[in-house]
Amino acid sequence: MATLKNTPLKTFKKALLVVACSTLGAISVNAQADDVNVPDTIRWTIPFGVGGGTDVWARFFTTWMSDHIQGNPTLVIDNVPGGGSINGSNLFAMRADSDGSQWIGTSASTQYPAMLQDRRVRYSYDDWTPILATPTGGVVYAQPGLGDSAEEVLNAVTNQRVKFAVQSHTGLELPVLIALDLLGADVQAVSGMRSRGEGRLAFERGEADIDFQTTSAYFSSVEPLVESGRAVPLFSLGVLNDSGEIVRDPAFPDLPTFNEVYETLHGEAPSGPAAEAYRKFFASGFTLQKLILLPNDAPQALIQEYREAAQRFLDTEAFKDAAMAQLGPYTPVVGEVVEQHLQEAMSLDDATRQWLVEWLLEQHGARI
Amino acid sequence: MIDVLFSSLGQLFTVPHMLYMVIGVLIGLIVGIIPGLGGIAGMSLLLPFLYGMEPSVALGMLMGLVAVIPTGDTFASVLLGIPGSSASQATVVDGFALAKKGQAARALSSAFLSSMIGGLIGALVLTAFILIARPVVLSFSSSELFMLTLLGLSMVAVLSGKDVFKGIAACGAGLLVGTIGMAPATGEFRLPFEIDYLYDGLPLVVVGLGIFALPEIIDLLVKRGAIAEQPCQLGKGWKEGVKDVAKRPGLVARCAGIGSLMGTIPGLAGSVVDWLTYGHAVQSAKDKSQFGKGDIRGVIAPESANNACACGAMVPTLLFGIPGSGTAAVFLGGLLLLGLQPGVSMLETNLDLTYTIIWSLALANILGAALCLGLARPVASLTRVPFVILAPLITILILFAAYQATRSLGDLFALGIIGAIGVLFKQANWSRPAFLIGFVLAPGAEAYFYQAAQFQGAEAFMRPGVLVIGALIAASLLLPPLRRSLRNHLQKRRQSEESAAHPLQEEVAPLSLGVIDVALLGSLLAGAAYMWWAFADLSMLGGIMPRLAIAIIVAACVLEIVRTVIKPMKWQTQTLSQQLPWVAGFFALIGGVMMLGFLFAAAIFCLGFLLVVARMKPVAAVGLAAGVTLFLMGMANLLTLTYPTGMLASL
Repeated sequence: MATLKNTPLKTFKKALLVVACSTLGAISVNAQADDVNVPDTIRWTIPFGVGGGTDVWARFFTTWMSDHIQGNPTLVIDNVPGGGSINGSNLFAMRADSDGSQWIGTSASTQYPAMLQDRRVRYSYDDWTPILATPTGGVVYAQPGLGDSAEEVLNAVTNQRVKFAVQSHTGLELPVLIALDLLGADVQAVSGMRSRGEGRLAFERGEADIDFQTTSAYFSSVEPLVESGRAVPLFSLGVLNDSGEIVRDPAFPDLPTFNEVYETLHGEAPSGPAAEAYRKFFASGFTLQKLILLPNDAPQALIQEYREAAQRFLDTEAFKDAAMAQLGPYTPVVGEVVEQHLQEAMSLDDATRQWLVEWLLEQHGARI
Repeated sequence: MIDVLFSSLGQLFTVPHMLYMVIGVLIGLIVGIIPGLGGIAGMSLLLPFLYGMEPSVALGMLMGLVAVIPTGDTFASVLLGIPGSSASQATVVDGFALAKKGQAARALSSAFLSSMIGGLIGALVLTAFILIARPVVLSFSSSELFMLTLLGLSMVAVLSGKDVFKGIAACGAGLLVGTIGMAPATGEFRLPFEIDYLYDGLPLVVVGLGIFALPEIIDLLVKRGAIAEQPCQLGKGWKEGVKDVAKRPGLVARCAGIGSLMGTIPGLAGSVVDWLTYGHAVQSAKDKSQFGKGDIRGVIAPESANNACACGAMVPTLLFGIPGSGTAAVFLGGLLLLGLQPGVSMLETNLDLTYTIIWSLALANILGAALCLGLARPVASLTRVPFVILAPLITILILFAAYQATRSLGDLFALGIIGAIGVLFKQANWSRPAFLIGFVLAPGAEAYFYQAAQFQGAEAFMRPGVLVIGALIAASLLLPPLRRSLRNHLQKRRQSEESAAHPLQEEVAPLSLGVIDVALLGSLLAGAAYMWWAFADLSMLGGIMPRLAIAIIVAACVLEIVRTVIKPMKWQTQTLSQQLPWVAGFFALIGGVMMLGFLFAAAIFCLGFLLVVARMKPVAAVGLAAGVTLFLMGMANLLTLTYPTGMLASL
């Protein structure tokens, strides 16, 4: 009880406020902006359900954005789940006003179908302009039964069929599947997991031999397994540095990246359509995993203001502390840099796509 | 460990914690009472305030909300026949039947008391179990999960009684509808008619509302009068309900136990647990004749289970970071916002918070149930109001509820179509729970079967857990008929000893067949044929489940036809003429929503219905219609909802 900072009376008032706000809905704060006309309320479409990864990510950013945009607009999150984020994005593409009062928050599962030209997709990233992107990393790990060290495991997986529990063949695990294929592993992907967490559960039950988790889940759920000898980390996906090279992940400085492992095995960097596909899906699914976007015919001054607002808090210590828990040791990227990377990452040439379609069908029996 | 347990308990009784928990409980109750809104909507109301809150206080608030939702949604299930959420679908069957008998207060007080006890048992189980749960949860592999879905499906046989083939056909239809959407194995889409809305499959809320609520509304409109067909005694019923629970401690404890265990298994969610325990109540009862017609045990069983299940669902959420239910998924998001990472480390680093969660659950259960018990008597008097007055309000409410599912117009059409099927089923006395069970379990059965076969091959079906569950299924299918034939045999012997002259009485009523039966059999076969053709180009893996469902439908229909041909049967008059206009009216309302927008159509519909059909005084009618419109507008504001605006508005 000594830890409680609030007196009962204060708490009571705060509690009343919660009640008041939750019954009246969002109260918009009206304020005068200096030069740009910032809307009172920004409606932020999240094409995922409440409480999911992207929703939590967006809710984390609402406070920071609202506090740093001129006039402190109210950010209202509008969850439109369905079709693995395709439905909400389609609706946004169809309905969103271009006055800068509507944003969308997307994730890898929004980017991938667009790149694969899924027939359900009726949105295009060409119509949207990014404000900010946050990267993430990830680690591939395996059952200790396959070998004590990463080398032994990697050797073992080329000789025997290993099982990997995935959400779908074209989900977040796609670059991991390609990477394992490049390393010569014989992977049987069992799809239909409802989350990456369910995949991990299949690994913990001993059903899956190999698994993959993004950084935050790795720290909370896989590291304890590694410490108690129930999992062997193989490699991280790495991160893209400013000059576009894949380097070691700051979250896992001791773990080699996929590219390093490949070079050790084959003596050269990966190349060909598989390597190209890996690079693209890695960039759009991990380097730019989650994006804040708005229609690109929004007022230019407003886009600029949003980007500057993000710049204003990114370097503060307070943000870095808070971000460590929510985003991991990665720095969000802002503005035009994102725009360039995004265009580059999302453009999949026909030859690569063709290779991918055939590879998915032959290796995994999956049709796009 | 013990000291942590008690220090968390001490923390619970501090002013801020209690205050926020009460807020959570109140919001949870309101959200629970409004059909269609559930944990997810409640959580999204609270999440904006979470960031930066003291974790233990915030967790108290969230748990207050999570704990009471399965309590609050009982109101809609019992009083209006609307399944408040997926966890209280089984309650509708007997709860609403009791309300029609004028025993709403009895059903409600029983339900709330068993909810409270179930929740407490769940919390108690959780306290000890969470420390050792890891290996238990991990022992349920995909093959055991598949067997559990089969156990759920075997309840169909229990629930459909003598009309077993009709029950199986209904279940097959549910299975087939449940396979619409993406094939888990190959990612192919199974879309009859190529309708985009069906990409994710039909939402459970819409199917539940359509199959249960809409037919009941229409039935009540046809009959006229109030929901309670017999005079109701609220005060006496209330006490009776409490006594009903007190008389059946074993049933409550068993169902709470099943509930908390099923909750701990990730992936099976709360939607089967109510049917499993309902089936258990039927099986364990000596006199089964009143189930479906208003047996209080049919209320006590699922209600003791669903609160316990909400407690159990915290196990995978906290230990593995894998939500055990939809609400738990949102709770998980709340934890992340508070900067807490659920997972292996949760117990080690945050054991105190873990216990705060568990104790808050227990306390909120008591609070919520006490509040509801207090409300039960006054609210039960709703069943005395002439139904024509309630009908437009409830109709708008279920439209609103269905629209929450994916927030598209498709929800309303799906509701109408499933509702029409529900009307047919109800008129011909086909098992609607069987359809729903098939629908709910289809995706799980398919995905787990595929995964078990892929992960473990043929060994999957030799595992000890699989064999144990298999034995359970066999027992539940084979024991009742065996026991019955044994009893018949004994009876026969006794009879022949006593007086050989007495001819043996046929105890089974003759089978009956009606025009709707014939129509349903015909259209199921035709539907099955269409789906077979529509799914013709699916791959082997992607198409096996729908084809299996079609095979089940065809086999059951054919057997039913054969049975009616060879066995003596009575032709029964079944009519639809009174129901049809109302079904058409419902579709007209959906058309109105399409043309005029939801708000406008709802206001006009309420006003018109109250004036023309209910013949209310204009002032009262305008007041009620305005109330409905204000409610819808308030909800839109609260939940950042955009209603369909209608085609006329866009011209």
